[in-house]
Amino acid sequence: MNALLAPFALIGRQTLALLSMVGRFAIFFAQTLSHMLRPPFYGREFLTAIFNIGWLSLPVVGMTAIFTGGALALQIYDGSSRFSVESVVPQIVAIGMVRELGPVLVGLMVAARVTSSIAAEIATMKVTEQIDALTTLSTDPLKYLVVPRFIAAILVVPVLVGIGDIIGIYGGFAVATEQLGFNPATYIRNTVDFLQFNDILSSLVKGAAFGGIAALMGCYFGMHSGRGAQGVGQATKGSVQAAAVLILAANFLLTSLFFAT
Amino acid sequence: MITFDNVHKSFGPKKVLQGVNLKIAKGTSMVIIGGSGTGKSVLLKSVLGLVTPEQGTILVDGKDATMGDHDAFLARFGMLFQGGALFDSMPVWQNVAFRLLRGSLKRPKQEAREIAVEKLRRVGLTPDVADLFPSELSGGMQKRVGLARAIAAEPEIIFFDEPTTGLDPIMSGVINDLIREIVTEMGATAMTITHDMTSVRAIADNVAMLHGGVIQWTGPVAQMDASGDPYLTQFISGSADGPIEAVR
Repeated sequence: MNALLAPFALIGRQTLALLSMVGRFAIFFAQTLSHMLRPPFYGREFLTAIFNIGWLSLPVVGMTAIFTGGALALQIYDGSSRFSVESVVPQIVAIGMVRELGPVLVGLMVAARVTSSIAAEIATMKVTEQIDALTTLSTDPLKYLVVPRFIAAILVVPVLVGIGDIIGIYGGFAVATEQLGFNPATYIRNTVDFLQFNDILSSLVKGAAFGGIAALMGCYFGMHSGRGAQGVGQATKGSVQAAAVLILAANFLLTSLFFAT
Repeated sequence: MITFDNVHKSFGPKKVLQGVNLKIAKGTSMVIIGGSGTGKSVLLKSVLGLVTPEQGTILVDGKDATMGDHDAFLARFGMLFQGGALFDSMPVWQNVAFRLLRGSLKRPKQEAREIAVEKLRRVGLTPDVADLFPSELSGGMQKRVGLARAIAAEPEIIFFDEPTTGLDPIMSGVINDLIREIVTEMGATAMTITHDMTSVRAIADNVAMLHGGVIQWTGPVAQMDASGDPYLTQFISGSADGPIEAVR
């Protein structure tokens, strides 16, 4: 009988564990929001987070965007050769980069680079009692470690997305004009004419949402890590997995919100 | 005075503290001894709110430790962690002056640095250590920096969590002497957790032994050897034979 019930017990345990994590995360998120509104504010930690999340992510964002834009131009050129390629390629590269690929790829790159780094750093601090030390030094760890990173990510990832969009479009432009023989002026005109304000707005809003998710997941898993090296490893892995899935889910929701009507 | 009154704490099915009663008089140095996993660190951390007991009360100067302004409450404490718990993202002087660079005890940066250098000197470290990062220090130096941080804001109460763990006997002796000197000089109330009987004899005014989730024995350090308590006697002698199971 016990053997028959074991699979159901396992499902039950995992469901309860998942619900428990969702509850803990909801409380963590609410506490973060509440601390954002109350002093003290740690300006130096905020500026450090801006530098780490924004400036240091620029190379990886730039490389990802330029290759994606170039590949996108080649794909569209190949797939749309029967139509008016001079207008279709720049339009689809622009809309593809700005609406979807730019924000999603930047979000995923930030999740890989920043979320993992935040989770590993905070988890190590927890394992080595640095989080407890912060508390004994009258410093709230959530306010000192989480809030500056969360705000910095919300502000700086949209900028990264904007830069990624521009570099991605430039990648498409470079491939189209250098390799496919497009007229540069026509390419730019077709890009600018086709893009709408809503496209750019959606891109930046997605960037803010993805940045918030990436930072929050890193902080949450770091603060709730288990003991030892294994705990740090699991926190890091869990944070990146959760951030990536949530970013893709949020992308779907935001796309529905902006463009489904 | 710190008073533990019937303090209970469990982690899952494991009951760690099962009714701890203990009084630590103001200005005295209490050392808590006991086997690994008996809840010594839990007891210490429950005073600071790092662990929340399920039952019982902890009073500091007659006031419940969980009530009132927690920041002001914590500002009365200094703590030396077992591994130092130094912030590796900042240089030594900023670690020592952490409390003086932010919050209610904030001072101008130059003044905070001067205090940090002075505290480093007090624990036997030269000013050139101030600009190093914790990863550049030996274990003994990290403990000293941790000690300097614990005393930087001149706290009334200082906690030491296994201050000599991982150090060689000579460095352990240096740390023990520093703790004794500093506690006496500052007139602070001290609570130390250790397994090291040499530390107990060097640091303690009073000793309490935690076993089975309760205080098994407590009294002045001078009476420890003649206590007649079989648990304490076995712990002091380090014998595998006695009421404390060797395999736990």
